[in-house]
Amino acid sequence: MENNLIYFDNNSTTPCDPRVVDTMLPWFYQNPGNAASRSHAFGWKAEEAVDYARGQVADLISVESKEIIFTSGATEANNLAIKGVFEMYARKGNHIITLTTEHKAVLDACDKVEKLGGDVTYLSVDREGLVDLKALEDAITDKTVLVSIMWANNETGVIQPMKEIGEICARKGVLFFSDATQAVGKIPVDPKATGVHLMAFTAHKMYGPKGVGALFVNRKKPRVKVVAQMDGGGHERGMRSGTLNVTGIVGFGKAAEIAKEEMEADAKRLVVLRDKLERAFEERLEEVYVNGSRTSRMPHVTNISFKHVEGEGLMMTFNENIAVSSGSACTSSSLEPSYVLIALGLGDDLAHSSIRFSLGRFTKEEEIDRAIDLVANGVTHMRDLSPIWEMYKEGVDLDSVQWQEH
Amino acid sequence: MAYSEKLLDHFKNPKNVGTLDKSKKSVGTGLVGAPECGDVMRLQIKVSEEGVIEDAKFKTFGCGSAIASSSLATEWLKGKNLDEASTIDNMDIVEELALPPVKIHCSVLAEDAIKMAIKDYREKNGQ
Ligand SMILES: Cc1ncc(COP(=O)(O)O)c(C=O)c1O
Repeated sequence: MENNLIYFDNNSTTPCDPRVVDTMLPWFYQNPGNAASRSHAFGWKAEEAVDYARGQVADLISVESKEIIFTSGATEANNLAIKGVFEMYARKGNHIITLTTEHKAVLDACDKVEKLGGDVTYLSVDREGLVDLKALEDAITDKTVLVSIMWANNETGVIQPMKEIGEICARKGVLFFSDATQAVGKIPVDPKATGVHLMAFTAHKMYGPKGVGALFVNRKKPRVKVVAQMDGGGHERGMRSGTLNVTGIVGFGKAAEIAKEEMEADAKRLVVLRDKLERAFEERLEEVYVNGSRTSRMPHVTNISFKHVEGEGLMMTFNENIAVSSGSACTSSSLEPSYVLIALGLGDDLAHSSIRFSLGRFTKEEEIDRAIDLVANGVTHMRDLSPIWEMYKEGVDLDSVQWQEH
Repeated sequence: MAYSEKLLDHFKNPKNVGTLDKSKKSVGTGLVGAPECGDVMRLQIKVSEEGVIEDAKFKTFGCGSAIASSSLATEWLKGKNLDEASTIDNMDIVEELALPPVKIHCSVLAEDAIKMAIKDYREKNGQ
């Protein structure tokens, strides 16, 4: 990539694989058709390309083509699933269960549901970031229409016990929706075998283009329906109107095909690199905390708090060389530290000190080696500047200090 | 976010990092902020018998703007008498470093730290 800058922010978005770009190019100019045009060859060709891509995407998650609804991304797919189920099943009930650590696209859609008269339960997670299955089961009532639990968390990479959740939902007869944006294309994801009835994901987190995603909607046993949230020409079997993004969908399909082939090898390689990075920090630095479960998590992600160092300040020491993100308040517009890390029970101070490293298909080992030095030096430099590090080293009990909160 | 050259320079080459002996009568210490809020600033001044700030040191836990604000504050403090030092206003820091609106609180913290250090010195010396 550009300027030798190391890209460790693949959970934000992944670069588009050059093979994906090549596949997309003819669909800008040579083949300009609208997939809904039934009267000429341009339209037929576009429709064929969309069907082919739909097959590639369906194949990656072992579902049928007809069960894939293309959207503009995971945000839209999340909204369609949550609001669409809420509207469709209004006669059955109005209760939705989700987690406090979900992505904003889920939490804000649930917030909207509450404004529309729905009832939402937000389950907390444990120290590892995992849902309490007993609490989930107890939360389900005869008014519950949907359980919405993400497959893997974007900030920590923690993977929920999907199969167990699926079993509970099946036993209780409620629909199970999952925002699987961070999991699809990186680890095996099979919604049908897992008891997931609806699932959102997006191309730009799996080396495809931005602006295209999908919602899987189970068609048989049970037959699931959602009320469209975008009205218009009746595309996507009436569930999502709007001219299909043919170029994007072609790229999404190719990205899915490549992922199916390569994700196992990618994951095997990345877990080694991720562990190397993590271990190096733990060996070279004191007071390093890995956030969330270390066993049930994505292979390419680590979220680390470097205690007594503020995350944004730390990033500034190396951001000419490495791109990462932080749970520090200073990097958010809300001036609050990451709600996901707070939900894991981290104190605000550790949340402010967190950095997320998310590796990807194009990460090289030498980048890991360079990053280890740059980040470790940055932490040491920032600790030399930190009054609370000095107090900690002198044995001051920081909890007993009268801080001047502002 | 693009930061100003001056801010980046103070961040990369912070001036007057360190610790003065806070038990000395000639030293005033200001410690403001809280770890939970993401910034803690400690600013110290050493005052001569003539009432002039001879030395100033800081240590800061915080973002780049907080570190640059405290570094700049220590530079401005040196050579001033206490009354002059009391007039340093957070908006002067905002202007000098071109702090974006979301970072103005860093300059406020620096002003608070200056005021607290002066107060500490004056109390120690019965002024
Ligand atoms: C877990 C999760 N859900 C949803 C989204 C939103 O996806 P999109 O950018 O495709 O709308 C993201 C990406 O930011 C995500 O990480």
